[in-house]
Amino acid sequence: MTDQLTRRAAVGEDRRRADGRLKVLGQARYAFEQLPAGAAYLVPLLAPVARGRITAIDAAAALAVDGVLGVLTHENAPALPEHARPPLRILQSPDITHRGQFVGGVLADTPEAAARAAGLVRVEVDAAAHDTALAWDHPDAYVPDTVNPDYPAVTEDGDVDGALASAAHAVDVTYRTPMHHNHPMEPHTTVVTWSDAGVELHESTQHPHGVRATVAELFGLDPETVRVVAPYVGGGFGGKGQLHAHAVLACMAAQTVPGRPVKLALTRRQLVPNAGHRTPTIQRVRLGAEADGRLVAIEHDVAEHTSRITEFAEQTAVATRMMYAAGARRTRHRLVALDVPAPSWMRAPGETPGMYALESALDELACAAGIDPIELRVRNEPETDPSSGKPFSSRGLVACLREGAERFGWAGRDPEPGVRRDGRWLVGSGVAAATYPVYRQSATARVRAFGGGRFGVTIAAADIGTGAWTVLAQIAADALGVAVEDIELRIGDSALPPASVAGGSSGTTTWGTAIVTAAQKLLAEHDGDPPAGAEVTADAPPNPHADDVAMHAFGAHFAEVRVDSDTGEARVARMLGVFAAGRIVNPRTARSQFMGGMTMGLGMALHEATILDHRHGAIVTPDLAEYHVASHADVPALEVHWIDEEDPYVNPMGSKGIGEIGIVGAAAAIGNAVHHATGRRVRELPITPDKLLGLG
Amino acid sequence: MSTPAMAYERATDVDAAVAAVAGRPGARFLAGGTNLVDHLKLGLLDPDLLVDVTRLPLREIEDVPGGGLRIGAGVTNADLAADPRVRASYPVLAEALLAGASGQLRNVATTGGNLLQRTRCPYFQDVTMACGKRDPGAGCSAIGGVTRGHAILGASEHCIATHPSDMAVGLAALDATVETAGPGGGRTLPLTELHRLPGDEPERDTVLEHGELIVAVTLPPPSPTARSAYRKVRDRASYAFALVSVAAAVDVRDGVLHDVRIALGGVAPKPWRAEQAEAVLRGAVPTAARLGEAADAELAAATAQGENAFKIPLARATIVAVLRDLLTEELA
Repeated sequence: MTDQLTRRAAVGEDRRRADGRLKVLGQARYAFEQLPAGAAYLVPLLAPVARGRITAIDAAAALAVDGVLGVLTHENAPALPEHARPPLRILQSPDITHRGQFVGGVLADTPEAAARAAGLVRVEVDAAAHDTALAWDHPDAYVPDTVNPDYPAVTEDGDVDGALASAAHAVDVTYRTPMHHNHPMEPHTTVVTWSDAGVELHESTQHPHGVRATVAELFGLDPETVRVVAPYVGGGFGGKGQLHAHAVLACMAAQTVPGRPVKLALTRRQLVPNAGHRTPTIQRVRLGAEADGRLVAIEHDVAEHTSRITEFAEQTAVATRMMYAAGARRTRHRLVALDVPAPSWMRAPGETPGMYALESALDELACAAGIDPIELRVRNEPETDPSSGKPFSSRGLVACLREGAERFGWAGRDPEPGVRRDGRWLVGSGVAAATYPVYRQSATARVRAFGGGRFGVTIAAADIGTGAWTVLAQIAADALGVAVEDIELRIGDSALPPASVAGGSSGTTTWGTAIVTAAQKLLAEHDGDPPAGAEVTADAPPNPHADDVAMHAFGAHFAEVRVDSDTGEARVARMLGVFAAGRIVNPRTARSQFMGGMTMGLGMALHEATILDHRHGAIVTPDLAEYHVASHADVPALEVHWIDEEDPYVNPMGSKGIGEIGIVGAAAAIGNAVHHATGRRVRELPITPDKLLGLG
Repeated sequence: MSTPAMAYERATDVDAAVAAVAGRPGARFLAGGTNLVDHLKLGLLDPDLLVDVTRLPLREIEDVPGGGLRIGAGVTNADLAADPRVRASYPVLAEALLAGASGQLRNVATTGGNLLQRTRCPYFQDVTMACGKRDPGAGCSAIGGVTRGHAILGASEHCIATHPSDMAVGLAALDATVETAGPGGGRTLPLTELHRLPGDEPERDTVLEHGELIVAVTLPPPSPTARSAYRKVRDRASYAFALVSVAAAVDVRDGVLHDVRIALGGVAPKPWRAEQAEAVLRGAVPTAARLGEAADAELAAATAQGENAFKIPLARATIVAVLRDLLTEELA
């Protein structure tokens, strides 16, 4: 473990966001805020049916509108490679594979002309029968080869059925979660200029180099001629991890007006069917336990959807493989390929829906066995990772549960559900565990000495509101033994050394490791005193301990919920999370990450759902008035804490990812509290008033 | 073909505003724009002229001689909710206003515009769906579809959309009247008669003629012994339309419900005055059982559309709860 940062002056320091002032002043320019001269504006055309074939497109009226530069359709679009990801292969045929799919675009001198002309394009279609409804017993359900990113779809260990049959306590419950959308504040946006010299994109993305590679591949370009700039990104939550089809459409349009910037910002209504989402899930969880609550069997069986044209298999049951000790265990994922937009990453894909079901089922077991839900989890703490047999690099679950119980005031909680009243409100509390793996990807950083103790650090990382601008400078400062102010950091540009996606909670681990590696090499090459102009470029090495230890972050959520006994409205009164995520690099930005995750989990529990009208295969919640994310009034006293955790295995900083764990388990804690308040076990999210009527 | 221009005019007096719109079928009044501008973006409307009425002298809240308030149509929702006279004498209205939309929207949305906002039915707002409210005779895509938010009272086979306003529900319970100016002169009508049920003309939300402009809403004098409240049941604590809302005012004299007024939101194509419930209660001694009977009387005609079936028991529970809370002393 010689790569460890030995100096920790800046790492761990509560520092203001490096980009905060710029953002508050409106000076941090997001993609669509680029104002290149002579820009043209693109408005996409959306498929009006869920499945079928375009029989005719009449663009004559649109082309006659003043200022219209062209109308892209499958009849005139450039050919894309056959092997490209299917959701990106737009305008390659008259086939329609989901409602709202891009079937064309109108380019004009002004956004008004483009919008007006788009309304004049007549798209005639021959609709085919479609299917957008996930069902547990869907005849087309199949087991995929792997689930995201590359886990087996099925695992089986021991005699699950036998253990369940002889268990002292058993639960067999099915949970449902709806389709969800990431809905970042900043919509998906591309500003692209195509010229002989190359292609430049200002893209709202979590991965500049990923966009560069994808655009180059799609259009047969040398990647070196493609530049992707994304210094500030207004949220992504996984939805900007991969390139989506809007950018392909924008590039196609830009090709028709060489040298002229083309601007495209999706409206919510255009974004919803075209920028990824979380699959709905149906999850059957069976737990068997001894009289004392120790688990003898865990089964987690999942049905979820993917698009008919591409497979994305959310790894919903994967966390169940490592969370608790049990003699027998079976997990399975089944997919149904439907005429829906392609699902993709959304904050903690897999863990978010999966831990909702597992942690809810565990609460049901605690009730059935008459064991305190914290104690139940403690009794099932595994000595080693049940999925791999490896020791954990660190495992702070019990510490989080204990600390959370103390801070929340769990002691003395009456487990009896539905008995606490405050006026018309029924009051209850719940707990659930959280976990998220430590991923490391590959990245390259360059460190250059400017002289005078100042250094330039460059890496094409993306700060999607997470704090990368701030924490990477802190890491670099400690690696180089200087003050944070002596670091000149540049990120968010594919002209910089390649960096991995801001996803999988792996950004700080990966990019930080690359920076530390380069910095240490630079210092070593110059006896600790590199002269001005000295420079080193270095890769983040793979984690040398990856084969020896299991690396995960853990956490515990506590929620107090009040349910209006007249109307069934559930409101979270307070929420508290404790996390064990290694060393916290910056308490201020970390707190925001945890808090944001918990808030998103609150929304998942009570509010969020993308609803389809299956008759039309249409999303009927296409805006933020209908798709309810938690409002300020919904988010109560929300406390975030963490335990000090030293983990020498994860990376030189000793940090684990924190971008996603905040959402994991949060919905279960709230659902468990709703049960404690009301005696009702709502097994289908979101927990809306219609599901809690008649409490009187 | 040149891009058809959408003209914009800023009206400086009421008569000119009325004349400007009345003379052009494609003209529309523009007030706060919180609904109309959305409709322009969604492609629901294609006006050739917008007549901005926000500069008209309609922004005052005036005392009416003999009692009551005359609220200019241009008074913003935020200003109306904050008015001390409204807060003191018509709390149901202040509460209804503050339950609606968001702070930003209330700062620009006007009294007249709030009344005339159109349904948030997702099928109405999606131009790729058939909708008779948008396109007369096209039928109703919502029926048989996602109907969780739709009407249980007053709907027709042509439209099952709900009216989204909270303010209008509060006004309906207050016996407010609406004053208009129109090409044929002005008129005054009860607020409960402003909106119409869809029947076979779902495209007509109100009885107003083209070019007729709401200039004021008048509240009658408050009863010194009346109590009123608004309760909105919704999926999240703010910025969500009502699943069910209840505005109620009670005036108890000598232990008897001398007067009671109840209006419902989120359940019908218009702010729904619950006259059946009122009839059960008016003149009665309030008891818990009687409150339930009143709610049942109102909801006897309720029809579920499938997913919105929960609104019937929810409306019952909410009517009873609001009255119960207003009548705590009497029921004790």
